Amino acid sequence: MTVAIEDLLREEAPQVLGALLRRHDDFAAAEDAVQEALIAAASQWPAEGVPDYPRGWLIQVANRRMLDHLRSEQARRRREERSPVEEHPPVPDQDDTLVLLFMCCHPALKPAAAIALTLRAVGGLTTAEIAGAFLIPEATMAQRITRAKLKIKESGVPFRLPAERDERLAAVLHVLYLIFNEGYTSSAGPDLQRRDLSTEAIRLTRALHGSSSDPEVAGLLALMLLIDARRDARTGPSGELIPLTEQDRGRWDQPQITEGVALITATLPRGPVGPYQVQAAINAVHDEAPSADDTDWPQLLALYGVLRGMTDNPMVALNHAVAFAMVHGPAAGLDLLTTLAADKRIANHHRLHAVRAHLLEMAGEGVAAAEAYRIAASHTASVPEQRYLTLKAAQALR
Amino acid sequence: MKYMLLMQASERIDAPPIHTWDPDDVKAHIQFMQEFDKILVDNGEFVDAQGLAGPNEAKVVRALGTGAPEVTDGPFPESKEFLAGYWVIDVDSLDRAIEVASAVSKAPGPRGVPLGLPIEVRQVMSAPLSDA
Repeated sequence: MTVAIEDLLREEAPQVLGALLRRHDDFAAAEDAVQEALIAAASQWPAEGVPDYPRGWLIQVANRRMLDHLRSEQARRRREERSPVEEHPPVPDQDDTLVLLFMCCHPALKPAAAIALTLRAVGGLTTAEIAGAFLIPEATMAQRITRAKLKIKESGVPFRLPAERDERLAAVLHVLYLIFNEGYTSSAGPDLQRRDLSTEAIRLTRALHGSSSDPEVAGLLALMLLIDARRDARTGPSGELIPLTEQDRGRWDQPQITEGVALITATLPRGPVGPYQVQAAINAVHDEAPSADDTDWPQLLALYGVLRGMTDNPMVALNHAVAFAMVHGPAAGLDLLTTLAADKRIANHHRLHAVRAHLLEMAGEGVAAAEAYRIAASHTASVPEQRYLTLKAAQALR
Repeated sequence: MKYMLLMQASERIDAPPIHTWDPDDVKAHIQFMQEFDKILVDNGEFVDAQGLAGPNEAKVVRALGTGAPEVTDGPFPESKEFLAGYWVIDVDSLDRAIEVASAVSKAPGPRGVPLGLPIEVRQVMSAPLSDA
């Protein structure tokens, strides 16, 4: 299958599913029917050519499969009171991405299940691709998706925008951000497949941005673009971690930074300002600094102050402490860390120890810094990070 | 999050060696383990599971870069505790991993009495990097 057809199918998948769901409310059956239509297209189009109206073709095939399924269901149950199956295919006239995302990020689903379903139903990825990206067996992923669909069916929420729209949009954005992070935070090399998850998350968020004017959607898209722009620079040739301050800024993706900065600049004055927009603004400050020494730390400190007011997340408080130290000196930052360490949620987090180590190093306390790096290394569950922290511990003693 | 559940064969278990059990109890134990794997697959949590050959079959290899590597029997043939097998699961939380571990710890022994197998729960190093 050519890349063009593959892209086209991915783009059409949610539209076809959405069109089907406007007519039928069986999410699981509709999703199966769409998968069958996609498989049919993938095998026929490369040889026979792409039809003039691909979406109509896909909807027609999927709808036929759906009707076959419903008919056999009806025959099996012999339910006289059930209304007859409708013959005419649904009309593809609106963008269903938003509604579909709302369905997949259902409150009854745990994040792992919502992620899997979103990638398959909205992203049009195959179960094997999703399983490969999450490094679990295909059978396990298939089961995860099946259970997720079943849960949505059991919960009985029909296919329309839920009343608690804002609350659900927050869940959607959270799932998209988790998908992005899964890909972005994995190292390079053999994990290339996982890196595709970031690309997919950006694509889905872009699609959502196309059908929603919510400023937080724009904020999340900008945030992803601005973080992802640094992707090639954040790991070395053998996958080792390179922190922001030591990255080769020439390897940052400038067009993507320009797009992200333009997006967040246009969005912020519109309001209301939410945490994704503030995080995008923070990343814009980093991305626009020509060198680490030119970073506008007072500006970052102010932004982290705003972000702290919006969330109780202790990681935000930790980043705020870093900015504080960069403006007011390592001793002042270390004082803040002592206060933060009283928070049980973060007291033993490797990031707290790593930040303390870094500030001790800045203050010239090599031995204490090495010990803090060592503790940080023992608390992380990421291999590249553990290696980086171990190396820093060794360097701090030199 | 991925966790490895390490099953230790241990003298701390209050049961005689499995080959001395009533054959029906052995069968029930094996069936329990097979069904346990299936439940993990059905839950969408299974990643991998393997049993390991006995420690009397194990070799310890050490190489110092000079001369031939040193290969000895071991790790500790007389050891009272050794790794008998493992599961890798992908679950939402540590709490869930502990729940799964406690389920397998209850594997049936003689007369169906739960063995109370010690299961070590370790996080697999697959966590995302935190971006600074």
